[in-house]
Amino acid sequence: MAQVFHRSTNSIARVSIFGAVFIVVGLGWLLDTISRSSYVTQARNARVQPVAFSHKHHVGGAGFDCRYCHTSVEESAFAGIPSTKICMNCHSQIWADSPMLAPVRESLKTGRSIEWTRVHDLPGFVYFDHSIHVAKGVGCSTCHGRVDQMPLTWQENSLQMDWCVNCHGNPAPFVRPRQEVFNMAWRPPPDQLEQGARLVTEYKILPPSVLTSCSTCHR
Amino acid sequence: MRRGSVLLSLALAAAALAGCRQDMHDQPRYEPLAASAFFRDGRSARPPIDDTVARGRLDEDAEFHAGKTAAGKPLEVFPIAVTAERIRRGRERYDIFCAPCHDHTGSGRGMVVRRGFKQPPSFHIDRLRQAAPGYFFDVMTNGFGAMPDYRTQIDAADRWAIVAYLRALQRSQQATLADVPPDEAAKLQAGG
Ligand code: HEC
Ligand code: HEC
Ligand code: HEC
Ligand code: HEC
Ligand code: HEC
Ligand code: HEC
Repeated sequence: MAQVFHRSTNSIARVSIFGAVFIVVGLGWLLDTISRSSYVTQARNARVQPVAFSHKHHVGGAGFDCRYCHTSVEESAFAGIPSTKICMNCHSQIWADSPMLAPVRESLKTGRSIEWTRVHDLPGFVYFDHSIHVAKGVGCSTCHGRVDQMPLTWQENSLQMDWCVNCHGNPAPFVRPRQEVFNMAWRPPPDQLEQGARLVTEYKILPPSVLTSCSTCHR
Repeated sequence: MRRGSVLLSLALAAAALAGCRQDMHDQPRYEPLAASAFFRDGRSARPPIDDTVARGRLDEDAEFHAGKTAAGKPLEVFPIAVTAERIRRGRERYDIFCAPCHDHTGSGRGMVVRRGFKQPPSFHIDRLRQAAPGYFFDVMTNGFGAMPDYRTQIDAADRWAIVAYLRALQRSQQATLADVPPDEAAKLQAGG
């Protein structure tokens, strides 16, 4: 019987076995890129809110401190979202008739909460605590980016596990003096690695062996 | 044969995908302040019944929690020890909660006022320099005229710390050379 395949198919077959490796690796890379992309993590995607609340105007423009509104960020796991009463501390008099603030006035009148859309949302099996990070010199802007420049709030980082572990494995490049935690404009000094290492000892930050152990975040 | 294996792998893929559920991500419990379909007001965080007292929060010490003497007069002394540490804490809290309206110097020309809020009096007028510590505490606790109350945003110990800092702030605007430590005074005199 005559040969069905030409001789050259032998080399084509060999090359395609070799090529399959690239295809598999390529597919793997594609999946990894997709799972880290902002399409999946929703990073840098500003959410629509019932009131167009702008950190850019309140923090960047007017210079208010995060703790005026996020009152529990220093003491508890949850940073706290301001109540309607807190908005009304100022908006009882300024922008008091603005249609932009109609939902806030409505909420004050009826007693129903304003329903903000969550921007950050870790899965239920991850434990996170603001107070410890604030107390050990991890600044808001390290995790949340330049909130003072956001007209609508977005999530700056992926919040994926490797992002958390990247810092927990070696916090020195990120740790800043405690009094700078709320400073949005803080930039690491040129000798950050030495400064950071000094602060890690001074603040008695737990060693990476503890901070990267699974039960720190999955408990 | 070929068709069978294609169908089989499709079925396996479908089964695997069907297994991708988000139950572990969205567990049947409430996150803080999450909405609830169960309660009529839509809140999972239940407002406490009126006059509920949290453990250890009976707040019956009128001096510490209301800034008033037994006779109902503003307290003339501090019910806490005023230390440098406390004053520093008070300064931090003042800059967060009061400076938006009263300004960092206490002039009453803060950012919110410049945007149209009623202008408060300066802390450096005689009437307020004479006012008792308990008076400032009461203004923060219950509000005053157009000023909102800060009872829920600032706890009582921090409100006292702010009063301590206010005293230092008032003093700073009336300071004379005699208030400056000798070595610093020498520097000032040399400079000016
Ligand atoms: C005047 C009040 C106010 C101040 C001051 C303020 N915030 Fe906010 N913040 C809000 C409100 C209201 C929301 C909810 C709406 C939104 O997400 O934009 C919010 C949301 C956020 C969120 C997203 C929460 C989520 O849904 O995941 C972050 C992060 C945040 N703020 C960080 C900060 C930081 C950092 C500062 C200080 C630099 C700050 N905020 C100062 C009122 C404030
Ligand atoms: C400490 C005072 C203060 C508090 C508290 C406050 N605001 Fe404002 N808000 C301002 C000032 C000042 C402006 C005007 C900003 C400007 O002119 O640049 C403003 C402006 C606004 C505007 C108009 C549009 C804009 O962004 O300029 C909206 C909407 C608004 N605030 C929503 C809110 C909401 C919602 C809350 C409660 C979470 C809140 N504000 C709490 C001081 C405050
Ligand atoms: C180590 C990183 C990190 C730092 C530092 C940090 N945050 Fe967050 N923040 C997060 C994460 C992660 C979430 C989402 C938590 C969740 O979904 O349970 C979050 C959520 C929030 C929220 C929404 C409410 C909540 O607690 O879920 C606010 C508001 C907020 N952060 C404000 C702040 C402010 C203000 C600071 C600075 C004092 C700060 N954060 C510092 C990581 C951080
Ligand atoms: C930029 C650095 C940084 C990032 C990012 C970060 N952390 Fe941390 N984390 C720290 C530091 C520093 C500590 C303090 C450790 C100590 O107690 O000494 C800490 C402590 C913790 C603790 C408490 C540990 C304990 O046993 O008390 C938890 C839980 C935690 N982090 C969870 C997370 C999670 C979840 C994420 C990601 C969403 C995250 N962290 C992201 C720096 C970081
Ligand atoms: C610093 C905090 C931290 C530590 C330590 C940590 N994780 Fe995670 N882990 C996370 C976060 C945050 C997520 C959620 C990631 C996401 O939403 O994509 C996660 C997700 C996971 C998931 C689910 C992945 C998915 O896609 O659903 C598994 C499994 C997991 N972690 C296992 C581990 C194991 C095993 C260890 C110990 C070697 C560990 N984690 C240590 C923070 C941590
Ligand atoms: C939203 C703006 C605003 C903020 C924030 C604010 N105040 Fe006021 N405050 C006012 C206004 C307006 C008045 C004048 C009230 C009036 O006469 O109707 C006032 C008046 C006062 C007075 C004088 C009362 C008198 O006898 O004349 C004191 C004392 C005072 N405030 C203390 C504080 C302290 C302490 C804080 C911080 C915890 C604070 N205020 C935060 C707006 C504010």
